[in-house]
Amino acid sequence: MSYDWSEVFIGVGREAIVRTPEETRESRTGWFSQLREGLSKSRKAIQQQFASVLFDRFDEDLWERIEEALIFADVGVETTVSIVSALEAEANAGTINDSSGLLARLREVTAAHFYQGETRIDVRHSPSVILMVGVNGTGKTTTIGKIAWHLKELGKQPLLVAGDTFRAAAVEQLVEWGKRVGCEVVRHERGGDPGAVVYDGIVAAEARGADVVIIDTAGRLHTQVNLMKELEKIGRVIKKRIPDAPHECLLTIDATTGQNGLIQARMFKEAVDISGVVLTKMDGTAKGGIALAISHELQLPIKLIGTGEKLESLQPFEPAAFASLLFDDSLSAGPGRLV
Amino acid sequence: MFDSLSDKLQLALDGLKGQGKLTEKDVERAAREIRLALLEADVNYKVVKQFVDKVKERALGAEVLESLTPAQQFVKIVNEELSDLMGSATTKLTFSPRLPTVIMMVGLQGSGKTTACGKLANFLLAQGKSPALVAGDVYRPAAVDQLKALGAQLGVPVYDEGTDADPVDIAKHGVEWARERGKEILIIDTAGRLHIDEKLMDELVRIRNVVKPHNVLLVLDAMTGQDAVNVALQFQERVQFDGVVLTKMDGDARGGAALSVRAVTGRPIKFASSGEKLDNFEYFHPDRVASRILGMGDVLSLIERAEKTIDEKRARELEQKLRKSTFTFDDFLEQIQQVRKMGSLSSLLGMIPGIPSAKLKGLQVDDRAFDKIQAVISSMTAEERRHPEMINGSRRRRIAAGSGSDIHAVNQLLNQFKQVQKMMKQLGSGRMPKNPFQMFGNPS
Repeated sequence: MSYDWSEVFIGVGREAIVRTPEETRESRTGWFSQLREGLSKSRKAIQQQFASVLFDRFDEDLWERIEEALIFADVGVETTVSIVSALEAEANAGTINDSSGLLARLREVTAAHFYQGETRIDVRHSPSVILMVGVNGTGKTTTIGKIAWHLKELGKQPLLVAGDTFRAAAVEQLVEWGKRVGCEVVRHERGGDPGAVVYDGIVAAEARGADVVIIDTAGRLHTQVNLMKELEKIGRVIKKRIPDAPHECLLTIDATTGQNGLIQARMFKEAVDISGVVLTKMDGTAKGGIALAISHELQLPIKLIGTGEKLESLQPFEPAAFASLLFDDSLSAGPGRLV
Repeated sequence: MFDSLSDKLQLALDGLKGQGKLTEKDVERAAREIRLALLEADVNYKVVKQFVDKVKERALGAEVLESLTPAQQFVKIVNEELSDLMGSATTKLTFSPRLPTVIMMVGLQGSGKTTACGKLANFLLAQGKSPALVAGDVYRPAAVDQLKALGAQLGVPVYDEGTDADPVDIAKHGVEWARERGKEILIIDTAGRLHIDEKLMDELVRIRNVVKPHNVLLVLDAMTGQDAVNVALQFQERVQFDGVVLTKMDGDARGGAALSVRAVTGRPIKFASSGEKLDNFEYFHPDRVASRILGMGDVLSLIERAEKTIDEKRARELEQKLRKSTFTFDDFLEQIQQVRKMGSLSSLLGMIPGIPSAKLKGLQVDDRAFDKIQAVISSMTAEERRHPEMINGSRRRRIAAGSGSDIHAVNQLLNQFKQVQKMMKQLGSGRMPKNPFQMFGNPS
C-alpha cells in the first residue's frame, strides 16, 4: 500500500525505486482507500450522532446542508462561503443540472481551493535542511521519524537534530525514532540553546556527508512571542551555515484543530518562511478541513498527511481525494445515494 | 482578525435605540452574528443550532431594559444562556475516604496528558496533599522518561515498569504501591489514543475496571475543532469520564470545544491548563470561558458594576454642575473615587470588550497614576480647588512639593482639567458622557 515516494521528494533519483505503472496506479488508490478505511471505522459513530443529509433540489436548504458539511469538517466560515457561493453561481448560470453533477462540482471546486503550489519536498541539496515547526502536541517529532524513514528507504541518509531542548524527554523521543530509522541524532543537554544544537547538527551533517538534515523544534504556541522569536533565531542560525537553507520549513497541523489553526499558520508563516503543511492525525474522525482554510487563505501547499504512529503512516497529499473524503459522510452516505 | 461580537451586535442592532422590544427582524440579524461567532469559536455546528434557536426564542419580544441598548440586551440573553450551558459552578475533584484517591487521565495523542499529570500533581501539592504518579504510557517513545522528569522536578514519586509491561498491570501495581506508601492521591497517566481505536479503548476500559478510579479526566486541547464532540462521546461511552481538563488555554483559541463537550456529554470542565510552567493550572471557571468564546469581554459585569457603584443622584448633580461649568477639582476628585470603587484599573480594562486578555498581560496599567492625581488635588487649598485659574507659579511649586510630585505633573493635571471643562462647555445642552473614563483623558 505504499505510494511512489520518489514522486514525493524532489531530488530522489527515479532509479532509487523502480515501479511499473500498474503498481503506481494501485498504490495511488491505496492512499485513498486507506484513508477511507480509517474513516469508515468512525462513520457509524458520526451517523448515530448526526443524521446524514440528502438532497434533491437546489433550494436554500441544500446550500445550507453543504455549508453544514464544510463547517463540520472545520473548513471555517470564510472558505465555506467562498466555495458555496462559487457553486451557487454555477447553479444559477445553469451549468449544474442535477445533484450528482453538483456533488462532482462541489468536490472539484473544493479541491481547487487548495493552493496549487509545489507539493513535493525538496531534498536536492547536500545537505538539504528540513525545519519542522508547530504548536505543542501536533506531531512534529513523530512526523520527523516518518520522513526520515521514507528518505532512508529511498536511499538517502538522513540526520536528525534534537532542537527541542525544552520539553521533558523530547530528546529521548527523537533518539528513539533515530534508532528505529537507523540514523544519527545530534543532541545537546536538555535546557541548552536550541540554536547551538541546530548549528552543530548542520556542521555534523556536512562533516559526515548526510543527505538530509531534519531539525526538530520545541512545540510552541504561536502566541508566545519569545518562543516565536527563538524560532526566527533558529532560522538565522541555519542560514549562517547554509545561506539558502532551510530548503523546507514544514508546519505540522493537527487534523483535529479548529479555526485556531488558521491563526497558528499565519503566525508561524510570519516567523519563519513556511514552505508547506503536514496535516497530522488524519486517522481519527476529524476531517482536517482547517487545512483547506490554511491552504486557501494563506497560499500554502499541503505536502503530507500523517495517518498513524507507524513509521510508514505518512501519505502524500491529494486535493481531489481529500475533497471527496470531506463530503463522503455528511452529504452522500444515505442508502443508494451518489457514492 | 476578529471583531468583537458585541461590536458586531451593536452594528446589527444599530438604530434601534429607544425601541422597547426586540423584533423578529432584529433577533434574526443578531442571531446570525451569534451563529458565526460560535462557529468561528469552534463550537459544534449542532450545538450552535440548538443554542441559537433557544436564544432566538427567548429574545423575541423580550423587553429591553431601560438602562440597556437592544444590543446589550441581546448580549445579556446570550450570556445567560451560555453560562447556563457551561454550568455555573466550579466543580472539584472527588476525594476518596480510603487512600489513595485515584485519578485517571485519558485523551487523544498530543492533547497534553503527561504535562497535565505533572501540573495536577503540583496543584495538589500546593493544597497540602501528597500525590504520586503512574507512568502508564508505554507506547509513545520516551513518555515514561517525560513523566519521570516531571516527577523529579516536583519531588513527586513516579511508579513505572518501563515500556514492556501491560498498562493494566502497571496501573494495578501502582495503586498497591501508593497505598503502601500512604500516598493520598495517585494520578495515572495513560497513552494517548484515538477514540476509534478499539484495541486501545478496550485497554482503557480494562484499566478502569481494575483500578476503579474516583475521577476519570478527559484531557482536551482547547484548540480542538468540530471533532471534539465525536471524541468526547466515544470516550464517554467507553470510560465514562467525570470531567475535562482543557489544555493550551494560553493560546488564542476561543475554546468552543469546551462548550460542545459540556453540551453533548453533560460533563463539566474541571480544570484549565495554560502555559509552559507547572503552576499554570487551576479550577475552571465556566463564566470566564463564556465571555472568551464570544470575545465580548465581560460587558455585563462592567454595566452591572457601574450601575451598582455610581450613585445615580450624585451623577445627576454632577451633570448639572457640568452643564453650568461649575465643575471643580472637588468634583473631579469625587469622580476619581467613584471609578476607583469599581475596582482596579486593570480589572476594569479586562472587562472592556475588544481588549484581549493576552494583550493586557504585557500592558502595565498603573493604578498609582490615580494616587498621584489624588495627591496633587489634596495638596490644593479649598479655594484653589474651586477656582483653579488662581493657581499661579508659586502655588504650583507649593502643590508639587506638598504632593511629592513635580511641577510638570501639576501642570499636566491643570491642563487636563482645563480640557475637561472646555469639553463640558462644548457639550452644551448635551448629556453627561456615558463613559466616565472620558473625563480623565490619560491620567498619567
